[in-house]
Amino acid sequence: MIKKPAQGMTLIVKTITRYTVVLILMFGMYFIMNGHLVHGGCFAGGIIVALSIIHIMLAFGKDVAFKRITERAIKLCIGLGAFSFLLLGIIGFTKGAFLYNFFRKPGVDYIGQPFSLFSSGIMPLMNLAISLTVASGFCAIFLALIVYKPGGGDKNTGRKL
Amino acid sequence: MTEYFLCLVLFCLGLYAILIKRNLIKIIIGLAIMEYAVNLFFILIGYKNSGTVPIFSSLKEPRPEIMVDPVVQTIILTNVVIGLAITFVLVLIAMRIYEKYGTYDIRKVNRLKG
Amino acid sequence: MIQIQVLLVFMIIAAAIAIGTSDLLGAVVSIGAVGLGLAIVFLLLQSPDLAILQLVVEILSLVILIRAVGIKDTVNVRERRFIATSISVILMGLFLVFASLAILEIPKFGNPAMKLSFLYLKDGFRQTGVPNIVSAIMLDYRSFDMLAQIVIAFTAAIGVVVIARKKIYVNKDKK
Repeated sequence: MIKKPAQGMTLIVKTITRYTVVLILMFGMYFIMNGHLVHGGCFAGGIIVALSIIHIMLAFGKDVAFKRITERAIKLCIGLGAFSFLLLGIIGFTKGAFLYNFFRKPGVDYIGQPFSLFSSGIMPLMNLAISLTVASGFCAIFLALIVYKPGGGDKNTGRKL
Repeated sequence: MTEYFLCLVLFCLGLYAILIKRNLIKIIIGLAIMEYAVNLFFILIGYKNSGTVPIFSSLKEPRPEIMVDPVVQTIILTNVVIGLAITFVLVLIAMRIYEKYGTYDIRKVNRLKG
Repeated sequence: MIQIQVLLVFMIIAAAIAIGTSDLLGAVVSIGAVGLGLAIVFLLLQSPDLAILQLVVEILSLVILIRAVGIKDTVNVRERRFIATSISVILMGLFLVFASLAILEIPKFGNPAMKLSFLYLKDGFRQTGVPNIVSAIMLDYRSFDMLAQIVIAFTAAIGVVVIARKKIYVNKDKK
């Protein structure tokens, strides 16, 4: 009675996906930003953000998801995250040691105000850099294993999906 | 002490799957079980009786004498992500072998060239 | 603790089902049960960062394993190999005997010898201003480990993307 759609999953899954993807993405961002205050961290937060993108790809099919999230953007984000972590290290190198926490003033305890969001030096910046690399890296792995056709795609038309 | 012993039994189960089974997916499953057992063993070593999470909620509470070991948790946090990356690469190799030979059986994957 | 022992017995039974069954999809579901049980054990051992990470990692690896198994619908064929199985079971029994003798030497469960960790716990909050001591150790005291970790994640991502795109060499005409 209910016919299967040509691409993606049924109508119920698509309707629910529109609401839950935003919530999963927001929870992932909260987990990354609060890595230094409460339970949090860069790795788990990055994988949660990657799971939200995978959710879109699984529910709506490949063609619809690829209009917004292009392959070039994901490859750019992988390199950008790793490069910004290295940049933080080199800025610390000019102020003392490689990967040094250069917001620290000598002789003062508690870098910044403890228990506030913008405290503790370069740790939130490192969290953002690592989670950008982890999220886009695992999303690219999912693309290469599951979405793409094996062997590099069609030789005649050049389609990779 | 029985917790350590059960953890080593789990490790032996994973090792048995890698040695004896001849389906490629069972070998990957055995490697994953060994990884879980090793991570669990480290965290079991760092546990303190009636200890709490190593997170401060105010300037003095909780006291650092009753917290569990935080160094071990840091090491295992990176280990879990490494295990995930290893599983991805192994599954990729298994899928490519299936595309070429048509089976997951390791006795039939024996062509040296071509 | 009795809860950890019960959960460990559950994990051992699920792992035995995962490697013994002949249906590959059932094996993948059982390995998911082992991973989720491990997340609960991490929570009981007072490490919630690890529990959330193990949960999410287990879900992601389940998706990839089902892709490798489910679409192709292969069934495992069982065959008896008596000599190899009995030799390996005897060797593992020997390993467990010696391991239980070695377990009696390390400190008892629940009384760790925290010599290094106590220095981190005493001064960590005051020197860095970070309430989460696990994040403080990971990103401030040992940030070289994070550099190596980014290298690993980066290499895995690029390696998978490159290998999955190459065409397989199918040798049809040469002999």
